[in-house]
Amino acid sequence: MSGKNINVSLKIWRQDGPKTVGSFAEYKISISPDASFLEMLDEINNDLESKNQIPIAFESDCREGICGTCGLVINGQPHGPIPKIATCQLHMRNFKDGDPIWIEPFRAKAFPIIKDLVVDRSGFDEILQTGGYISINTGGVPDANAIPISKDIASLAMDAAACIGCGACVAACKNASAMLFVSAKVSQYALLPQGQPERSQRVQSMVAKMDELGFGSCTNTYACEAECPKGISVTNIARMNRDYIKASVTSNSVE
Amino acid sequence: MSWFNTFFNSSIGKKLFMGITGISLILFLKFHLINNLSLFGGPEIFNTVVKNLESIKPLVRVIEVVLALIFLIHIFNGIRLWIENKKARPVKYAVNGSSKNSTIYSRTMAQTGSIIFIFLVIHLRTFWMSFNSIGVVGIEEHKYYEFVASTFLDPIYSGFYVFAMILLGLHLNHGFQSVFQTFGWTHKKYTPIINVIGTIYSIFVAIAFASIPIYFLFIQGGK
Repeated sequence: MSGKNINVSLKIWRQDGPKTVGSFAEYKISISPDASFLEMLDEINNDLESKNQIPIAFESDCREGICGTCGLVINGQPHGPIPKIATCQLHMRNFKDGDPIWIEPFRAKAFPIIKDLVVDRSGFDEILQTGGYISINTGGVPDANAIPISKDIASLAMDAAACIGCGACVAACKNASAMLFVSAKVSQYALLPQGQPERSQRVQSMVAKMDELGFGSCTNTYACEAECPKGISVTNIARMNRDYIKASVTSNSVE
Repeated sequence: MSWFNTFFNSSIGKKLFMGITGISLILFLKFHLINNLSLFGGPEIFNTVVKNLESIKPLVRVIEVVLALIFLIHIFNGIRLWIENKKARPVKYAVNGSSKNSTIYSRTMAQTGSIIFIFLVIHLRTFWMSFNSIGVVGIEEHKYYEFVASTFLDPIYSGFYVFAMILLGLHLNHGFQSVFQTFGWTHKKYTPIINVIGTIYSIFVAIAFASIPIYFLFIQGGK
């Protein structure tokens, strides 16, 4: 165990509900550097509950960086200062004694705040519903390796599929654009033979849904890639652009 | 043509048209720069270059109209994207961490673009209008070089010119590689090369354009 407790002062966004006006509340805590960031928040909540006060609402589930549920903007950076980890994998040892820590929810028009640090990310589900599927023939279970796929392509598809849909890309983007998320989902299917039947239609409907939900447009600052806990590459956005342009220009649909 | 409307107004369509117009303007700048650099050849060479352009006036006019259209689409889409993108995040962060995840010139395309637009208006007023109204305002017959030289003797005018060119360099540095990303042309082998070429091109364009007012202000003007 590494050393003694550190004292941090936290400014945390508190907001009672979607329609109410929120503000920052200040909390101070002495915490072990071995505690995770979410454990630190749990401690604060225990303390608040013991005083009969309303605990801070924040989301988490697996707490091992694979579910994409947690997500806080810590000192202006989604998932905090350490690259390629989710908020739950961040530890207090990354902060110095006396450091001020600002904790905010993901901010985007398409991610309305539900309460405190919890935002509604169901927009991502809506995007997936418009194209995040493939056609499969009914009948017997197909043989696992019936369709040959090169290792390179399989790896690229797997890299894209590593997206946990946490929304940090939207939170990091100065335009609150969801292009990294959507492009990862488009790519994971577009790269593989199984994804070909709906390839054109998929990219068009997913992009249309993304635009309809009020996410911004990409201006290639690549902040999304820098903040993504899974290191999803912006080359996926290029692939989506390519597919979308091709689908729009070459499809027979004139509507 | 409703499919075209949908395409043009989609987030990717807007980017694409920013890219197409942007790369066209980058190509135009190259020709503009080559003509401008003939100023270093002295009055005779530059005046001949301008006179040659005068002799193909109808063609120049057509190119000017096309250029104006390209500029308008670039500016219109740029403003539209800026407004829409602001609306996508109605409540700002209290702590802005963007310096930790992106470059300043990639985040300030709207700002650098706006100042370049102001520069463009002043630039057209000074040079384009004067060159096109010989005898009406100021310029004597075929004394283009002398007009340019005297204009750049104004330190404020030249100072703003140089400032705008530095911003143009930053704007191009992001714009150049951005075009390839938007078109979907990324590749492990070629993208790093494109990025380097973009940066070298931007620095070259900025320095080459800025060298003209500096030359007239300090070297010619100092004589």
